[in-house]
Amino acid sequence: MSTKALTVPFDLLPPTGRPYFDRFGDGLVVVLAAQRPGPSGWGAGGPPHGGAWIHLGEDGKARAFTGKVEVGQGTRTALSLVVAEELRLPLSSVELTMGDTDVCPWDMGTFGSRSMPDAAQHLRVTGTAARSLLSALGAARFGVPTSAVEAADGAIRVRGAASVPSVGYGELVRGLRRVEMVPSDTRPSPASEWTRAGHPARDVGAEDVVTGHRRYTSDLHPDGMLFGKIVYPPTYGAQLRHVDLAPARAIPGVVAIHEGDLVAVAAPTLPAALAAVKAVRTEWVSTPQPSEAEIVQYLRAHPAEGEDFWDVVHDESGSVEAEWATAPVSLRETYTSAYIVHGPMETHAVLAAWEGDRVTVWMGTQTPFRARDALSDALGVPPARVHIIVPPTGSGFGGKHAAQLAVAAARLAKAAGRPVRIAFSREEEFTQAYFRPMAVIDVRSAAATDGTLSAWEFHVLNAGSAAARPPYRIPNQRVDNQPTDSPLAQGSYRALAATANNFARESHMDELASRVSADPVAYRLRHLADDRLADVLRAVAAHAGWEPRPSAASGRSDGRGRGIAVGLEKGGRVATFAEVEVGADRRLEVVRLVSGYECGAIVHPSNLRNQVEGAAVMALGGALYEAVHFEAGRVLNPRFSQYRVPRFRDIPPIEVLLLDRPDLPSQGGGETPLIAVAPAIANAIFDATGRRLRSLPLTPDGIAP
Amino acid sequence: MSAPTVSARTRPVVRLKVNGTEHAVALDPDRNLLYVLREELGLTGTKYGCGEGECGACKVMLDGVAVRACQTPVGEAVGHAITTIEGLARGEHLHPVQQAFIDAGAFQCGFCTPGMIIAAAALLARNPTPTDAEVRASLDGNLCRCGGYLRILDAVQRAAHSTVAGGTPTT
Repeated sequence: MSTKALTVPFDLLPPTGRPYFDRFGDGLVVVLAAQRPGPSGWGAGGPPHGGAWIHLGEDGKARAFTGKVEVGQGTRTALSLVVAEELRLPLSSVELTMGDTDVCPWDMGTFGSRSMPDAAQHLRVTGTAARSLLSALGAARFGVPTSAVEAADGAIRVRGAASVPSVGYGELVRGLRRVEMVPSDTRPSPASEWTRAGHPARDVGAEDVVTGHRRYTSDLHPDGMLFGKIVYPPTYGAQLRHVDLAPARAIPGVVAIHEGDLVAVAAPTLPAALAAVKAVRTEWVSTPQPSEAEIVQYLRAHPAEGEDFWDVVHDESGSVEAEWATAPVSLRETYTSAYIVHGPMETHAVLAAWEGDRVTVWMGTQTPFRARDALSDALGVPPARVHIIVPPTGSGFGGKHAAQLAVAAARLAKAAGRPVRIAFSREEEFTQAYFRPMAVIDVRSAAATDGTLSAWEFHVLNAGSAAARPPYRIPNQRVDNQPTDSPLAQGSYRALAATANNFARESHMDELASRVSADPVAYRLRHLADDRLADVLRAVAAHAGWEPRPSAASGRSDGRGRGIAVGLEKGGRVATFAEVEVGADRRLEVVRLVSGYECGAIVHPSNLRNQVEGAAVMALGGALYEAVHFEAGRVLNPRFSQYRVPRFRDIPPIEVLLLDRPDLPSQGGGETPLIAVAPAIANAIFDATGRRLRSLPLTPDGIAP
Repeated sequence: MSAPTVSARTRPVVRLKVNGTEHAVALDPDRNLLYVLREELGLTGTKYGCGEGECGACKVMLDGVAVRACQTPVGEAVGHAITTIEGLARGEHLHPVQQAFIDAGAFQCGFCTPGMIIAAAALLARNPTPTDAEVRASLDGNLCRCGGYLRILDAVQRAAHSTVAGGTPTT
């Protein structure tokens, strides 16, 4: 197999003109055509994608390629399983390459729970087409019609023959250098017939994890590597007025650069790099920045045009205004959610190395192809001269979309003529990454005396529109999302706005149910417009032993409260039950969570269960105590000792119910399971105490109202 | 660019015994045990997570006791047997805690896993049959942002039972 360096990434070449065989050896390559982004967004054909391709080699292995990345959410194994399924191969015969921009299909990025609905579907279709081609090769070998052969265990064999002649895939493709496109009418195997996908599987690479041999970006250390550090402004928004690099450059081995807004250093050791950062002389001009105490008013006063996920949304059906004046029941409340951090265990890390005029960047990123474009723009080189490799990554949660560190490392590496690695310190992770947006949500509702909803107004400020539309039948609705000029850097986050929006809606539904003395489960079922979500709610209520009752108005004498909430987002349906206990000292304890989830046909059941459990834990932090505190352009709590995330002591029993629907397309499972946790807990606190909490985090000091 | 010059020659050199092998390293107050293990000895299984002793990703054993390498000056490790995650398995045989983490599916991104395994192995060495509460208390200084805590508890109990039952670790 040739290891010669590529000069042009595969995705920038036509599908039949790529050097597949020089790179991966002789064999058969099957390519699913890309769907490029349209001029105005996704268009009718769904999200843009770079397709998929699979190389079947003489060693009998399937090498599959996807532009999606694995950052800990388990898609490497799940996507490998669907390839194994369609090719009738053991999992160990599938090698999946993810997010390598030289050889993988272009992809917009790993976010929005698209790995199962998009990448898995593309790999299934490609695997199916590959199996057909192998069957045809096998049939020709045996001199029988294609209908007379079948694929099994990595070989094609004659169906039903007494002494079964069979020929392995490796033998079938020997000496071939053939590229075929996936026919557009290719249909993958129905999930009801799966024998590998949908069944328990051990995660790929598990031994490396438990022995410490898995190499993350922050573990890479090529010979001659320098440690890079960026010089950051003392406060957000501060402008660089003057910089003097000479004192840093006086330290032996230090490289220091000032290019545009970037001031950065690199040194042979991390202590030397930190000393160099201190040695750089800078003068900054600060601008006034709003503080936490005034943030709600600030956001209300600073609407912005918005972009990407933060577009202006204004949906209206029916006539909400007429209802407010006449409806016998009406309610108007505001809900908020704080800025919080992703806090990945592996802080942001990149390693950049130049070879001639081409740069390779290893980085934990969710958007390698966007990073390639960003580097190309910033460095003024064509995209073909940038290569992004995504090593195993110590989680992302939506926080690893940016490319500034990669640009800085590439510039330092160019200046130094050596590889440069930059990794955030934990404090930098807290202050120089971006946050989940603060949310301010104004909800207004109107209902009949029996509680039947007639009007619903849901106005989101800053957070985004995910899950803003209610899953309930309400004749008159208005849903708005208004982006703002957020004073803190904000961006994508696992489930993004859906957590805040679901918190507001499901809290409000509970308030309405209480107002009309309705049972919270029955009240939701009465209004739910989605049968699948209703099924999940019923399953969770039954499992939790829900006792129908009106929401308490004055709390419960035993201090125990129970709450429930539902959510529908990104094709997944979730219901969460929470039970809390408020002790004599008012200390709040979550004593039980039940999460039910349905996302179509389940591809990797043990991983999905892991995701739903993990989502509940992550959501617990944002629900109860996580908040970024800030004042005058500084984060006040940029450490784990000052910013509380869930620990062992905080975790209640979490019971997970998975509803498998092999008759429905697979959807993602990494995000939506978060979104019903906070409202379920808030509703349980109300049940226990009679007090309604409308701001996340609910109990920052651990004390119930 | 000329080769980087490091003034290591002025620092005293000490010997560290890591996973049974002796290494000569320069004693430098700016370099803690975590930095030396990762960047000088290439033992990158031990992770940086916070640098302030709050997350447990950097746990290693000193004479069988779990310590935070980011809070350990190199001098304090001299004369002690240091065990990192790379040194836990016996040849091909995984330590029971390592095997239990695989069997329980007790990780997602895997970044906290080495620190968790070291903390759990050290706990089981001194308390082979811990209660769940004892495991939680012992591992409370270890963060997992993927939220795998319940699976980790399960893995530690599986390891405890496999050890108590006299089961030999299998691969």
